[in-house]
Amino acid sequence: MSEFIDRGGQEVIGVARVEGPIVVVDGVGNVGYDEVVEVFDSRGRVRRGRVLEVGEDVAVVEVFAGTTGLSIDDTRVRFLGQPLRIPVTEEMLGRIFDGMGTPIDGGPEPLADHYADINGQPINPTARVYPRDYIQTGISAIDGMNTLVMGQKLPIFSGSGLPHYQLAAQIVRQATLGAPVGETPSQAAEFVIVFAAMGVKHDVAAYFRNSFAESGALTRVAMFLNLADDPPVERLVTPRVALTLAEYLAFERQMHVLVILTDMTNYCEALRQISNIRGEVPSRKGYPGYLYSDLASIYERTGRIKTSTGSITQLPILTMPNDDITHPVPDLTGYITEGQIVLSRDLAYQDIYPPIAVLPSLSRLMKDGIGEGRTRADHSHLSAQLYAAYAHVQDVRSLASVIGEEELSTVDQKYLEFGRAFEREFINQGLTENRTIEETLTIGWRLLSILPPEELTRVSPDEIQQYYRK
Amino acid sequence: MSWQIGTVTWINGPVVRARGSRQVSMLELVEVGDEHLVGEVIGLEGDIITIQVYEETSGMRPGAPVYGTGMPLSVELGPGLLRSIFDGIQRPLPVLEMRSGSFIGRGIHLTPLYRKDRWNFTPQVKVGDAVTGGTILGTVPETPALEHRVLVPPDLEGTLTWVAPAGEYTIDEPIARLRTENGEQELTMLQRWPVRRPRPYRSRLAPTEPLITGQRVLDTLFPLAKGGAAAIPGGFGAGKTVAQHQIAKWADAQVVVYIGCGERGNEMTEVLQEFPGLVDPRSGRPLMERTVLIANTSNMPVAAREASIYTGITIAEYYRDMGYHVALMADSTSRWAEALREISGRLEEMPAEEGYPAYLAARLAEFYERAGYVETLNGERGSVSIIGAVSPPGGDFSEPVTQHTKRFIRCFWALDKALASARHFPSVNWLESYSEYVDDMADWWREQVDRDWQTMRGQAMTILTEESRLERIVKLVGPDALPDEQRLILETARLLREGFLQQSALDEVDSYSPVQKQIRMLDLILHFHQRAQRIIKRGALIVMIHDLPVVNKLMRMKTLVANDQLEKLDDIRRELDEQMDQLEAEYR
Repeated sequence: MSEFIDRGGQEVIGVARVEGPIVVVDGVGNVGYDEVVEVFDSRGRVRRGRVLEVGEDVAVVEVFAGTTGLSIDDTRVRFLGQPLRIPVTEEMLGRIFDGMGTPIDGGPEPLADHYADINGQPINPTARVYPRDYIQTGISAIDGMNTLVMGQKLPIFSGSGLPHYQLAAQIVRQATLGAPVGETPSQAAEFVIVFAAMGVKHDVAAYFRNSFAESGALTRVAMFLNLADDPPVERLVTPRVALTLAEYLAFERQMHVLVILTDMTNYCEALRQISNIRGEVPSRKGYPGYLYSDLASIYERTGRIKTSTGSITQLPILTMPNDDITHPVPDLTGYITEGQIVLSRDLAYQDIYPPIAVLPSLSRLMKDGIGEGRTRADHSHLSAQLYAAYAHVQDVRSLASVIGEEELSTVDQKYLEFGRAFEREFINQGLTENRTIEETLTIGWRLLSILPPEELTRVSPDEIQQYYRK
Repeated sequence: MSWQIGTVTWINGPVVRARGSRQVSMLELVEVGDEHLVGEVIGLEGDIITIQVYEETSGMRPGAPVYGTGMPLSVELGPGLLRSIFDGIQRPLPVLEMRSGSFIGRGIHLTPLYRKDRWNFTPQVKVGDAVTGGTILGTVPETPALEHRVLVPPDLEGTLTWVAPAGEYTIDEPIARLRTENGEQELTMLQRWPVRRPRPYRSRLAPTEPLITGQRVLDTLFPLAKGGAAAIPGGFGAGKTVAQHQIAKWADAQVVVYIGCGERGNEMTEVLQEFPGLVDPRSGRPLMERTVLIANTSNMPVAAREASIYTGITIAEYYRDMGYHVALMADSTSRWAEALREISGRLEEMPAEEGYPAYLAARLAEFYERAGYVETLNGERGSVSIIGAVSPPGGDFSEPVTQHTKRFIRCFWALDKALASARHFPSVNWLESYSEYVDDMADWWREQVDRDWQTMRGQAMTILTEESRLERIVKLVGPDALPDEQRLILETARLLREGFLQQSALDEVDSYSPVQKQIRMLDLILHFHQRAQRIIKRGALIVMIHDLPVVNKLMRMKTLVANDQLEKLDDIRRELDEQMDQLEAEYR
């Protein structure tokens, strides 16, 4: 950003070592840990980087745009004396930036009177407000079974070839502040969207852009794009830049912000690459030992605080390498985020959209976001019953595959029927189908009505009385 | 308080090296840079000092000053700990919020305990008394739920030359003067203790009573002794945190120390907002009045996460020394181990398994050994029980932290992802969990509930184990192929699983289950099994048993019967007997 130009700072000509995106500079003094540098090649072209490690006269610098074209003697490095900061302003909504926050839509640099450090600072747990207001996404598998709450971080665990982008775009299009069944929201809270792409293809970025445009949301979206052919190291900065803007909008401008981060797996790979070149001790699968803390420094920048009515809700998307949920990236993510939405290849092949694998999915904040006065009193029992019944369906299916469906008891045959209907009618819905919470709950009860009432031990007798086969 | 001892020469995240004084000691508390960031000496070589810094080091430069304090990382102990929430190095988070707003700033120095509060002190000693470490000088009603006992610091002894009269004092004001071998010393209600050094006690006692948690699967099947150590391992989403919260809420400890170590910010907020509204079933007071919270969330500095465990256990030991039973929850010890790994990696130490340092096991052992049922220095009995959550990567229990932890605990509550997916909570897997305290607890149960708990527990475990064997057959041939006697085992096991082991943390009645209710529920289910067994031997069909109206009641008794109306269980028993009698009559 222009802020850094002509700001002076210490300058060094010539570097000691260049390796991958890392440059080691010696003969420096008074360099700060984590400060920004500008690196000029022999033709005077500038790229930015930051200090990863600093000794008495040596600094290790990662260069975001890569080191192609840098030579030992002709490279100039200028240390700017401060951590990376970006301007933040409401005007950034409706704009498109690169992964470092520089506009790439042909428009001018945003004018801001406020610059913020992209690393942010941890939110004090006592300053937080516990998230309880649910977001109606219009998607039954989410609203009914894994309710999203404003201020939650709920990642989508997907695999290559699965429709996670369509799902994320649909959530963004349809998200509204939820209201109890029978009531309309007292005020229509409009979400603004901060979209950060890390290493995704041009088509994907274009898909999101079109989707935002079609729903007329484009003026409410700030897009930060680090595409597949952009320098990988820049990816380490992109989510932080995006979240810095999100924090400003949510906590200074009182807005409700939905943050989409995609694809976190690419981010982690960039982190591994840097770690590897620095010769750090690897932990699992070559990822650095601090992957958990690093991811936490991104995901924890979510929530609500007492001094603002705004909120940040995060929907990170990650593709699980080889569909393996125990891979370090989804694994550590799941430990930090408040649940996960898992997509299933199996359901996708059966032409079910969204192919949400209900059983491994989870929303940790659901329990306090639903129920009487929030959705409906029976919601929690209903979803527990649907979970339990659908879990039993899996057992019956494996039994049926051995002994055949005809040999099953009548009750178990009912379970099979329930399972099929649950997938076809509850999980499955159209790309533009926007179900109210009441519709979702009604479908749930209609499906439970396939089963005999004595099988329904998770719902209360009163609830059976009121909703069963009604 | 502090003086310059060196200058920074190298910075890599939370690890900083400095050159300077050779007088600095290992594990000394230091302050780094112009902002006076808190750090601790973790390595010394010649005049090179290696420091782990408890705050973000962004922007720090070589040449920055390092200040020594001459003392190790310590916690402040005294009235005012309860109801507090601290970060990993005992800075009070609410005060931090007042100082730096919603986000945690750097270089803010705060006293952990509020100095201006006046506490109502009642002396229990008089001038001329000879006292030793641990002697109770007097008491302070710290909260309506707990009487704080002001102790002589463990390493002091002597004769009292002055004792303050009953009245209100701050923790800085003297409440007694003590003549020791090294001269006269003033005592206040405030003490400091280095976190990495266990507080002394007179002797260790054998564990004899369980830490009752109100959770049936834990109390009845896998009990933890007061003074024992337990681990709760489970992949993400298996329900570790809810289990920890449940224990923190309902455990029959007088003091609960809850350490949120590298976990989610919103979870700590949940505890903060929920606990003041919950009432301890024993004291009738808000739970917060017996709770100390330590929150070092995942995005807070990693070195302070490493320290948070020690801060917590030292506070726990302090209340133990007053003669209280303390339960300490650490969620999660894996994050703490990862902090060790991260620091170790930055020190470029040789890694052992999966990048963890070779001293991981030793550190885990040191921590878990600080649990114990002891006779304190003043002859009271107190205990610290540790319940550590473990977050194994990919839910794989063969990883180093789970495996090493297993060596130092005696109670293993294995959480199961499959159970959690079916929303069976608490998702404690009864085939993988164990408790080595079962034999030690039998006498206590006999006295409390007048039933042979150990035999009943054994019967329940047999049925559950048998079920898993039969389930394998059912998976191959279907349930109809089994004889009715074996199908009864499946039926009873279902009752045990759904009617007994499953317990809803969200249900008002079921969230906490008193031991009396637990044992009587178990008794009813076993009684059902015995009667049904007899009838089936006479030729009745399993469907007849299954269709008895009472079965549904047994399934729902956990919520149908309120905790103060246990006599209703007798009604269910009567109903059970009537229906069984009827059936039996048909097959006479």
